[in-house]
Amino acid sequence: MCGIVGSVALVDGMPPPALEDLVAMIGALRHRGPDEFGAYRDRRAGLAHARLSIIDLATGQQPLANETGSLWVIFNGEIYNYLELRSELETLGHRFHTKSDTEVIVHAFEQWGPDAFRRFNGQFAIALWDAEAGTLVLARDRLGVRPLYLCEHAGRLWFASEVKAIFAGDPTIPRGLDPLGLAETFTFWTTAAPQTVFAGVTELEPGHVRTISRGCVEDRAFWEPRYPVDGRAMFRGTPQEAAEQVRDRLEESVRLRMLRADVPVGCYLSGGLDSSLVAALGRRVKGERFCTYSIRFEDAEYDETPFQRTMAAFIESDHREIMVRRRDIAEVFPDVVQHAERPLLRTAPAPLYLLSRLVRGSGIKVVLTGEGADEMFAGYDLFREAKVRRFWGRQPDSTIRPRLLDRLYPYLARSPVAQRTMAREFFGRGREQWAEPGFSHQTRWQPAAALQRLFAADLRRDASRVDVAERLLASLPGEFGRWPHLAQDQYLEVRTLLSGYLLSAQGDRMLMAHSVEGRFPFLDVDLVELANSLPPSYKLRGLDEKHVLKRAATGLVPDEIIRRPKQPYRAPDALSFIGPEAPDWVADVMSERALTDSGVFDPAAVGRLWRKCRSHPASEQFSNADNMALVGVLSTGLLFEQLVRRAPDRSATIEFQTVVDRLPTRESGDALARGTREMRTT
Amino acid sequence: MKVQERVRGFILEYFYVSDPAELTDEISLIDSGYVDSTGMLEIILFLEGEYGFHIEDQETIPENLETISRIAAFVARKQLSAAG
Repeated sequence: MCGIVGSVALVDGMPPPALEDLVAMIGALRHRGPDEFGAYRDRRAGLAHARLSIIDLATGQQPLANETGSLWVIFNGEIYNYLELRSELETLGHRFHTKSDTEVIVHAFEQWGPDAFRRFNGQFAIALWDAEAGTLVLARDRLGVRPLYLCEHAGRLWFASEVKAIFAGDPTIPRGLDPLGLAETFTFWTTAAPQTVFAGVTELEPGHVRTISRGCVEDRAFWEPRYPVDGRAMFRGTPQEAAEQVRDRLEESVRLRMLRADVPVGCYLSGGLDSSLVAALGRRVKGERFCTYSIRFEDAEYDETPFQRTMAAFIESDHREIMVRRRDIAEVFPDVVQHAERPLLRTAPAPLYLLSRLVRGSGIKVVLTGEGADEMFAGYDLFREAKVRRFWGRQPDSTIRPRLLDRLYPYLARSPVAQRTMAREFFGRGREQWAEPGFSHQTRWQPAAALQRLFAADLRRDASRVDVAERLLASLPGEFGRWPHLAQDQYLEVRTLLSGYLLSAQGDRMLMAHSVEGRFPFLDVDLVELANSLPPSYKLRGLDEKHVLKRAATGLVPDEIIRRPKQPYRAPDALSFIGPEAPDWVADVMSERALTDSGVFDPAAVGRLWRKCRSHPASEQFSNADNMALVGVLSTGLLFEQLVRRAPDRSATIEFQTVVDRLPTRESGDALARGTREMRTT
Repeated sequence: MKVQERVRGFILEYFYVSDPAELTDEISLIDSGYVDSTGMLEIILFLEGEYGFHIEDQETIPENLETISRIAAFVARKQLSAAG
């Protein structure tokens, strides 16, 4: 994997991009690609690349151009079908000089223009600069595995894999938290692209390509999730046939991701079905042992060690584990937020940050994970919950239908009556609107949005100018209402939590923090389209989640893993930050001075929250609301300190292996003298 | 202190409300998101500790607990029946 950065003048008469700005930008992303660095510059545009070498180690350097040197590319990601595309392009007369997937991008774009991205099976963020036409093309993979942020400032467009690189490129760019970005976070648990939490910074939407030429911007989707409309184009086979096709496609997806790498590939094992199935197929296509990695928890409530070890023994992997304690989470949390670049309502990214460190320390730089299966095959409780709530909503006065809630959440049957009564009140609220878009997510969005009561008065006023849930629902595809209800729920989950949080804050950022590339077999485009075409009952059969996937796993994964109740991945949240072992930074972030500085939260309200949390026994779980409130306040405070208040770090020294400087000699001589003392051209 | 004020004070503190003006006697504690199902248990524990009566399972319904004014009316009824 890699990091990409760049800037392009949007108006005439701008000075050429300064090399020291490119150095500062790419220096901020060194963790994404510490193996090699490259830069390109002409009068209008500057591009730089930090490389994590995985394919074509010898000649895959970037930036890279077409034969005539008019079209330049920087690229973060993988195009898994690059060999097939390459032979197709060679038949069409294109000549290749490297063995890399990067070069395929250039020629594919020459051949097919923006339609090229539709042909890529992979995970990518790409910038193509046509120096002759003065056109910049930015593209991002279908589900947003690879990040790409943009900011327009003072006549220039800045873009980068991470926001910190944009801020480092031009320290005069105003840095601040965006009220609507905060409102989205404290509703959806994340922002939804193009919204970010930073004012003036946007995120290229997944599956989109943007073309920027003088004074003209065109943004369009080259891919969108699609589901059967009015029951048409639905998969026609039996559940068993569906399971066989799912297994075949997943195996092909694992083959591409396991074998198309010039370095060894490892695999995460969570103890659940999804990563177990990926690892089992990995073993089959690889035909030999490989490394696997797992998170253990000192708190038994979150731990899945026995299942992880069962699976590791089953595929005879070279298995490594990391034990995570509450104080480990608290210790690394500032680094986690620094990499995640957004407020977090959960600490779940922290153990994954520790896990990627273990991976890198063991000498592996690519891992497969099971991410995406829960979204594509309906694994989450939210989907089951929505099904029960809709069923109840069709007969809103039924006293029998809400009893299904006890089957959904067995803890309710064991809870005090008062809690059961109130839980029914909570899940049943608005059940008459069961057919409305967004019905499934109200039980998540409303409690999170209620935490905005912690916002300072000014922010609350600004954040309430737009109803972010309504804005999201107003942007749904026209066909949305004609999809099956389960598909609607899946779409919303993909659009918000998968792209905005799981693949970024928990995925890319935690992996790249230690220069590890994640590959996600369940997000293969062919597999996603197959999953989306399946009848809802194949995915959620009654209340049996991921039904077809369990069938597909039969015989490949031990039955005890297939049959175990699903355990959501969670880590100790608020509990990590209270008690005598809490690190010093916690008190700093909760101090009235820090709270007043950032202006996000009302210090009196946070004071109440903090008093409540500190008087809480360490042996007892916090409520969901208290967990999200405390983690949200702490992470927002850290984010403000690290990315807003503190001046960007421009002290990085970078040794470029590839430099293409196309400024006339006299000008470039000056620039080189100023900004590239540490640069070396080869 | 009036029951309303004591309950309001508890909710303000325990559910970290920033703007006390929002917490009217009539706002739904559940719909507003201030109190979730776990939180309702805390309110019940508070009432039992504060007023020394026991709240029966069948009394834990929104009609008794949904708003501050309903809670106050509920507490008054409980006190009355205990006195009578």
